[in-house]
Amino acid sequence: MKKRSGRNGFIFLCVAPAVILFVVFMIIPTLNVFRMSLFQRSAYSTKEDFVGLQNFIRLMSDTNFIRSMQNTILLIVVVTIVTFAFALVFAAILTREKIKGQNFLRIIFYIPNILSVVVISAIFSAIYDTNNGTLNSLLSLFSGKTVAVLWKGEDMVMISLIIAMVWQAIGYYMVMYMASMASVPQSLYESAGLDGAGRVTQFFQITLPLIWTNIRTTLTFFIISTINMAFLFVKAMTSGGPNGASEVALSYMYKQAYTNSSYGYGMAIGALVFIFSFGLSAVVNVVTKREPLEF
Amino acid sequence: MKKVLSMLLVGALTASTLVGCGGSEPAPAAETPTAPEEKEEAPAEAPEETPDEAAEEAPAEGGTITVAAIETAYGSQMWTDVCAAFTEQTGINVELITDKNLEDVIGPSMQAGDYPDVIHLATGREKALTETFIKDQNIVDITDVLSMTVPGESVKVSDKIAGGFTETSLTNPYGDGKTYLAPMFYSPCGLFYNAGLFEEKGWEVPTTWDEMWALGDAAAADGIALFTYPTTGYFDAFFYALMYSVGGADFFDQATNYAEGVWDTEEAKTCFEIVSKLAGYTEKTTPAQANDQDFTKNQQLILDNKALFMPNGTWIVGEMAEAPRADGFQWGMTALPAVTAGGDGYSYTWFEQAWIPGGAENQDGAKQFVAFLYSDAACEIFAGAGAIQPVLNIAEKLEGDNQMFYSIYDKGAKAAMGNFAAYDSATVGVSNREVWFDPVNSLVSGNMTEQEWVDGIKAANDQMRANLIQ
Repeated sequence: MKKRSGRNGFIFLCVAPAVILFVVFMIIPTLNVFRMSLFQRSAYSTKEDFVGLQNFIRLMSDTNFIRSMQNTILLIVVVTIVTFAFALVFAAILTREKIKGQNFLRIIFYIPNILSVVVISAIFSAIYDTNNGTLNSLLSLFSGKTVAVLWKGEDMVMISLIIAMVWQAIGYYMVMYMASMASVPQSLYESAGLDGAGRVTQFFQITLPLIWTNIRTTLTFFIISTINMAFLFVKAMTSGGPNGASEVALSYMYKQAYTNSSYGYGMAIGALVFIFSFGLSAVVNVVTKREPLEF
Repeated sequence: MKKVLSMLLVGALTASTLVGCGGSEPAPAAETPTAPEEKEEAPAEAPEETPDEAAEEAPAEGGTITVAAIETAYGSQMWTDVCAAFTEQTGINVELITDKNLEDVIGPSMQAGDYPDVIHLATGREKALTETFIKDQNIVDITDVLSMTVPGESVKVSDKIAGGFTETSLTNPYGDGKTYLAPMFYSPCGLFYNAGLFEEKGWEVPTTWDEMWALGDAAAADGIALFTYPTTGYFDAFFYALMYSVGGADFFDQATNYAEGVWDTEEAKTCFEIVSKLAGYTEKTTPAQANDQDFTKNQQLILDNKALFMPNGTWIVGEMAEAPRADGFQWGMTALPAVTAGGDGYSYTWFEQAWIPGGAENQDGAKQFVAFLYSDAACEIFAGAGAIQPVLNIAEKLEGDNQMFYSIYDKGAKAAMGNFAAYDSATVGVSNREVWFDPVNSLVSGNMTEQEWVDGIKAANDQMRANLIQ
């Protein structure tokens, strides 16, 4: 009995540092965000006035906030679908097919992921340049006339952000899918091949169901990382412009909390984004729930 | 024994997790992905801290103050030198913090209640730290500094500062006759152009808006746009000068204090019409490049003779010093044209501010430091780095392009100073830049009409007026 309690004590002490860190740096600040969202205050003042849910009520009629949420949702949906599709297909090809320079391709796809967002935005600044940019030059070459698409203009800026975010994310998810695809036994494909199943059928009937657990995990990653990365991309590439056309929830939160000195209002946006990402992840988790297949 | 060892290990591990919580050193700058800073700042690079070397060697007879100063295109060496000169003069030690992202360095410790004694940081930056302190009324009244004698000299501070600088809403934000922010490094803002191109084409610099539109049509025939702007943030100086030239100081005061119905007046309508018409003459790629990352591409349009005018400040010469340019390029600067022939052309005087936060511990030392900033010694050090203090007779000592820029007021342009009045944190979802200046991007691209812009301004105006800090 004594030995057991000693062991429990040891486990408790081992876990304590992590728990303390988690509580101090995660739980308390998160609760603080919710608390501050109920106050009218600025970032550097201890003076605060309790306003109840007033900040949330005003958010509901703030057209700029609604537009930033629409942009955030657009990015989550489109970036997730496009990245997911490309990453899955590339992963399947690189795992299942014999291609020369497989490892080289894997590295090439992964490189954007290790670049900082500032570097990526500099690269895309050159690609999107209206007069000398790569994209407009290519379009001009193929169309035979001068093309001057304003990639960072009001009408195209969200598409430009999507392209950059997809480009950055594909490698990361591709490597994750490749890892789980590699563990699918070769024998399953061989027997399916004997039964006359083609490559596409094998992909949908064998690969996809067997890596489903992994796909579910990545869907949650997609939601969280798109919300966070969108802020970085917007800050580095467009500053939320032109005229707020590329503002996303977190960049709008930042502007309200700091530039506009409405810290409480900014925290209300933070609280809503927190609930939104949590809720969306839960919904995706429930919707994609399947009996796990074993092999 | 084993148990004791385990306990020790766990204890050490637990203690090590708390190591980072201690210490009162200036916090390291957070990594910010943002591209170049607003206006006068050089592009953001890896933040660095410059502890004051001079102060370490100086005697500590008069105590120590902490000075936090933004590092801009002028560099940080001038601050180190000024602090050393101050210590030599007064015996007060200075702990200096300079950084390009100063808000990230001093912000966290200020949130924890540890304030520098003097902060040099202009309004108009994205993080709006100075505006936040103004809105919180968390700035020390420094009216008494004006009647202090400059350390090491026999003149009063108020006798050194040039006229008008301590009577604007940028230094007296609450309109109560008291000065809270000390005016620093000024720069005339206006329309910058390629004087070489004007000479080559035989064009005259327009003195009225009618002449401006005529020039726009002539330039368009040569494939050159009349106007561009780096980002919409540069419209503040433009819009302030425009308001002055349209309606004078009275209209400017009413407009910047969000007076009821001010945007329905004839003067306001004239301002809106001019900006809308100018949007039609603006180079079409401008809005797509009007962000913190690509704004130099818009500035390059002037150097490449693709656009004639852009609103900017004197720092543009240094900022674009390395950029390629058309043959015969020569910087020129003019005030905003007058509305009618014979009317006044205005140039906005942009300047930075130094102030003492309410939480500063050594306020007496801080006030002495602020007074010292206007001494001949300090002004000379600052001028050596290109930063011009708003003191009397300084323009006579300037050379080169700066002499031309700073003599704009001697050539007939009138000085415009001031800004929108401060409102408190109850104003949410709108800011001056978002409602007044950012929509210019949409006016240029045709995604917004003049009426929609004006309606947005009026709605925001009501909210700001209701929350005005009195």
